[in-house]
Amino acid sequence: MAGVQLQSKHVLGLDGMPREDIQLILDTAVSFREILDRPIKKVPPLQGKTIANMFFESSTRTRLSFELAERRLSADVLGFQSLGSSVSKGETLKDTARNIEAMKVDMVVIRHSASGAPHYLAQVIQGSVINAGDGSHEHPTQALLDMYTLREKFGKLEGLRICIVGDISHSRVALSNIYGLTAMGAKVSVCGPATMIPKEIERLNVQVFHRIDEVIEHVDALNVLRIQLERDAGRLFPSIREYHQYYGITKQRLDKATTPITIMHPGPINRDVELSADVADSEHSLILQQVLNGVAIRMAVLYLLSARN
Amino acid sequence: MVSVLLKNGRLIDPATGRDETADILIREGRIEKVGQSVSTSGKIEVKDLKGKIIAPGFIDMHVHLREPGFEHKETILTGCQSAAAGGFTAVCCMPNTNPAIDDASVIRFIQEKGKSALGGLVDIYPVAAVTKERKGETLAPMAELSEAGAIAFSDDGDPVHDSEIMRRALEYANMFKKPIIQHAQEMSMTRGGVMNEGFVSTGLGLPGMPGVAEDIVVSRDIFLVEYTKTQYHVAHMSTAGCLELVRGAKERKMQVSCEVTPHHFVLTDEKVRGYDTNTKMNPPLRTKEDVEAMKEGLRDGTIDVIATDHAPHSYDEKQVEYQHAPFGIVGLETAIGLSITELVMKKIISLNQLIEKFSVNPRRILHLPDIRIEAGSPANLTIIDPSIEWTVDPQQFKSKSKNTPFGGFRLTGKSVGVINNNQAYWSA
Repeated sequence: MAGVQLQSKHVLGLDGMPREDIQLILDTAVSFREILDRPIKKVPPLQGKTIANMFFESSTRTRLSFELAERRLSADVLGFQSLGSSVSKGETLKDTARNIEAMKVDMVVIRHSASGAPHYLAQVIQGSVINAGDGSHEHPTQALLDMYTLREKFGKLEGLRICIVGDISHSRVALSNIYGLTAMGAKVSVCGPATMIPKEIERLNVQVFHRIDEVIEHVDALNVLRIQLERDAGRLFPSIREYHQYYGITKQRLDKATTPITIMHPGPINRDVELSADVADSEHSLILQQVLNGVAIRMAVLYLLSARN
Repeated sequence: MVSVLLKNGRLIDPATGRDETADILIREGRIEKVGQSVSTSGKIEVKDLKGKIIAPGFIDMHVHLREPGFEHKETILTGCQSAAAGGFTAVCCMPNTNPAIDDASVIRFIQEKGKSALGGLVDIYPVAAVTKERKGETLAPMAELSEAGAIAFSDDGDPVHDSEIMRRALEYANMFKKPIIQHAQEMSMTRGGVMNEGFVSTGLGLPGMPGVAEDIVVSRDIFLVEYTKTQYHVAHMSTAGCLELVRGAKERKMQVSCEVTPHHFVLTDEKVRGYDTNTKMNPPLRTKEDVEAMKEGLRDGTIDVIATDHAPHSYDEKQVEYQHAPFGIVGLETAIGLSITELVMKKIISLNQLIEKFSVNPRRILHLPDIRIEAGSPANLTIIDPSIEWTVDPQQFKSKSKNTPFGGFRLTGKSVGVINNNQAYWSA
């Protein structure tokens, strides 16, 4: 059952988000998704509302997606992207946020390299806070759009078998997907080198695999994560070549499955590292649908938070 | 000048073996008489301490006073006020000041400041750096530092990483019977880490510091101590594995001792959920199993000392993202309450053991003379109300900083007052 309004004033993560709230966001996104197919893609619900997009970390896709969602809802949008932490600029996150809020902003969207930064922000400002990715913690709107895309394709989430592949330790996409999908009754597994699987993740009701070929027989979809080439090669895995050999998702590998496996990726893709071109561009890839659905999901989240306030 | 007659208190003095209700007459800072129904001629203040405990003065052997260098966090004066309010007549101050305590002049500066703070009520015993600027590269002038008054040596916060330097430091310090105190942490495994590595760090997406990083260093150090036949003390132990290592060393009759902080026997890493920066300290809050091990170590005597790792940070410094916040919490004013509530009330240790861990044992580790509560001795006393219930309100702390995760905790037991060096401090 979907609720009629969100229980929380903020969307900080899917950890602990009630199933009804997830359901409500996914259901609400359906009508916004329809709007995106219209010739005029703009609707008025957030007219007169002001939203600040505070991106303390580089982002193209998520930032544009939020901005587009805000504009399609007729909100006034201001934003910035600043590399590095607020601290390195000499001003604290608290001061930056409070200054922006002093200009009468209704909601804040934040992307930050420090896990928990949006949670901290929610304590020091009045308005609603939406987490657009915090450190290695959560990226709730990404997981919601992943779930939306899966539901669109399979008609349900209950009982779906999803495997998240790659660097689970440093992934906010993985954690949010785990929290959200398990709440909705999907069966979630993770697959990656042991060096990239965080401690005790099994306790989040997740099965752990280290070999892709063991996974392929037992899943409906793979959510393939981006590998941070610069940071991790040589420390968490020996080389990109070896990673691709053992964890790269290739057509050859997928062809072993008896039924076709759906492929998702939060982007941006390192082609021929975690995903080969013939998979990324295949008919089983939902990558571009994910991008489109992302706008609808973010419209739904913004709309529901605004309606709640 | 302290002249007072303490009536009806329960005197617990492990050094003289006393545990009885007695009166203590103190004149000009010196104990004149201990006994039943002591009366006095002439005018003297009388304090009725019925139901209170009179113990030898407590020492916190792990405190950051922050001066010189970080006076916005704490000064020697506010640190002494915090110590006195918390029930301590002595503190050991750690060398991560600026400049570090790697030069005799810094020791003299601290001693001078300490003498003028509260009239010298709180004895300050500086712990000097093992290496110059605490960089782990070259030995600090340990003989000179020792002569100036260094009570022990530690590069606290920055463990001595190089095994050769550690070996030589142990050998050199042992010439003056001074222990090396180690903050045990294998830094290559904890880079970027901000909390214990485990289920909670996984769920919070915070970089972890595994407990084995602590065990590895203690393990190496115990090999070195055994080889060099020297004295070694583990600062703020936090893991079950580390406890096992120290237990083994003690069974082999080595001069190895250890301390635990109240937060490591009270809180687990579950407390980090919510990203409160006052749950960020180093070593980090560990698991339930580790907390249980700490209690067992306190009970069976493997853990000699309770020390606070009192680490003041200003309000603004903690008002940041979790990963950017500095490590550490204040502890002087909650240590006795937490220990009585969590250890004595729950029958893990007795009040006598509590006093040993706050006074007798740390003094012996540091080769300070026992405090004796008997006629002729200077009065160095901590007076505790073991049954008073109170709520922790950080704004009431005497410390300049209020960074504690214990705000709002209901505790039983608190210091009523302290007497030392012919000075007294009575809590309101």
